Amino acid sequence: MTVGALAGADPGTLSDRRSRRGDAAFAGITRAAGLVVFALLGAIAVFLVVKAIPALRHDKSSFWTTKIWDPDVSGRFGIAALVFGTLLSSVLALAMAVPVSLGVALYVTEYAPRRISRLLGYLTDLLAAVPSVVYGLFGLFFLLPRLVGLQSWLAARLGWIPLFADPSGQAREYSKSIFGAAVILAIMVLPIVSAITREVLRQADPAIKEAALALGATRWEMIRTAVLPPSRPGIVGAVMLGLGRTLGETIAVALVIGNTFSTSWHILPPGGATIAANIANFFGEAGALGRSALIASGLVLFAITLLVNFLARYVILRSGREERSTV
Amino acid sequence: MSGASALGLQRRRLSRWGLLLAIVAGVAVTAGLFSVTPLQGRADFLVVAVVLVLAAVTAASWSVEGGRAARNRLATGLALLALALALLPLAFVLGYTTLRGLHRFTGGFLTHSMAGVGPLSTGGGVYHAIIGTLEQVTLSSLIAVPLGLLVAVYVTEYGRGVTATAVRFLIDVMTGIPSIVAGLFILAFYIIALHRGFSGFAGALALTILELPIIVRASEEMIKLVPAGLREAAYALGVPKWRTIVRIVLPTASTGITTGVMLAVARVIGETAPVLLTVGDNSFIHTNPFAGAQGSLPLFVFQQAGSSSNFDVQRAWAGALTLILLVVVLYVAARLLTRRNTLAQR
Repeated sequence: MTVGALAGADPGTLSDRRSRRGDAAFAGITRAAGLVVFALLGAIAVFLVVKAIPALRHDKSSFWTTKIWDPDVSGRFGIAALVFGTLLSSVLALAMAVPVSLGVALYVTEYAPRRISRLLGYLTDLLAAVPSVVYGLFGLFFLLPRLVGLQSWLAARLGWIPLFADPSGQAREYSKSIFGAAVILAIMVLPIVSAITREVLRQADPAIKEAALALGATRWEMIRTAVLPPSRPGIVGAVMLGLGRTLGETIAVALVIGNTFSTSWHILPPGGATIAANIANFFGEAGALGRSALIASGLVLFAITLLVNFLARYVILRSGREERSTV
Repeated sequence: MSGASALGLQRRRLSRWGLLLAIVAGVAVTAGLFSVTPLQGRADFLVVAVVLVLAAVTAASWSVEGGRAARNRLATGLALLALALALLPLAFVLGYTTLRGLHRFTGGFLTHSMAGVGPLSTGGGVYHAIIGTLEQVTLSSLIAVPLGLLVAVYVTEYGRGVTATAVRFLIDVMTGIPSIVAGLFILAFYIIALHRGFSGFAGALALTILELPIIVRASEEMIKLVPAGLREAAYALGVPKWRTIVRIVLPTASTGITTGVMLAVARVIGETAPVLLTVGDNSFIHTNPFAGAQGSLPLFVFQQAGSSSNFDVQRAWAGALTLILLVVVLYVAARLLTRRNTLAQR
């Protein structure tokens, strides 16, 4: 079929000139498309800044340190509590998800038979595509009620650690908390981090792995000496990409977090708020100034995630290989 | 055999029966603990049993096979435990959603809108939301697929030097843009600055930003897989570069690119945050995506979930099931297509 199409091109100088012009035009078009990417990212930054300015100008309190979100009525709002909640819930989520993801990735690449490994690969990819609103629904109606037991256990046994302290005693009841948000975030980010880690571990040099085994190393010793050390930068990159994902996660968190504005380290009692969830929860009732304030908070989120993603890509690039999982 | 063990070449190994015995011992001790001490509860039992079984296996292995083998067994056990820990919640998400969703997942649910459905009404459905979501996703794909293909061609075939590296890097960075930020951008740019108001098209624009990097990467991977010999053959026949790309490279990669597009659509079809800020929501059937507020399936689930009425929550579950089914169908179709993809088969 293609041969027939090729034969249709007439030979000769006329066609040469035409094809050269065609080449230049096509190259120009694709180049323009590439530049659209630049323009798009630039436009995102510019428009967020421009539309955030009105709110920042009218803010009657300090934007960076205030822990209230009331732009439309009192004109007082700030992102201190939001940034705090965003970082705290994301870091907690990764603390739970990363060890498990690493275990899964190790199992899939080093232990599982090929067929099971492929099946698990499909499964994790599919689960990465389950919409966040479904996770949110699941978290709200299934997970939170069942977390109460774990919460009261943590508060009773580990309450002396400030993180698990429960001065009000409310953690023993059903509640929307930072902890609940972190657990659902951990579940959501698990397939993503394990998929990227899996790709990283796959790059380990098989010759070195076999050499380790030939020297009599057990499988675990082989993993520790031949797989993990060269994969470390890639794993760090995977964790940071996961962090980027949890920082910006909106809907699932909006459904399971308490929506109170404080910078308390207690994660068990009801409360907590994140930038993204705050946007989802307050957008409906926001006036013109309120929308502008939400855009300002979104700009901060954009800057944070951009920074995290830049760092992640930098770490991965510097490790000398390209892990470009589609997840 | 005995000679080998006399030479110390063959290590003693924990037999299958020994392993089983250690596991049974771990469970038995747990059961004993739970009957004697105030420990109780199914979940607690599972946690204690897992810890004790791991300890028992490690100890048995240590005494028979030595420390190195014991550490190996412990690591294997922990990897398996991680797998179980990962699969458990994910199985619950799918299982529980199906269980709760099937209640209201009927023909009537799929073919009715929410027009005139009161707080205590058991009726209503997602017809309007499905129409909205399909229109929004189609529109966004109509923009993102051609644009993404061109960017992928630029990056793989034409791009050289700093610009191409920068484009590739920015595409990677774009995959990390939170979906809510994409929504905020369209809100700031299209809805507020251009005074367009909420519409399905605004939602489609927000989804385009999320879809674009996924499509670029998938196409890029596929184009890279096209054998160089095919290109060289075309050049040798005097075919200009652009025609080689359009008539040979892209058709060869088309199956893989289609898979990538379907996966990208599966990814954005359930995005709630960007549509929340841009489509405006509508409980009536509204087919024109270019003017006026429109419904959306993920948004429907979000709003019904946030309600205090039990009827709404039931609808939320059925909506979530609809959404999962859409994603699964797209995903399975994409996978089936991969089987026919001769390029990707290593």
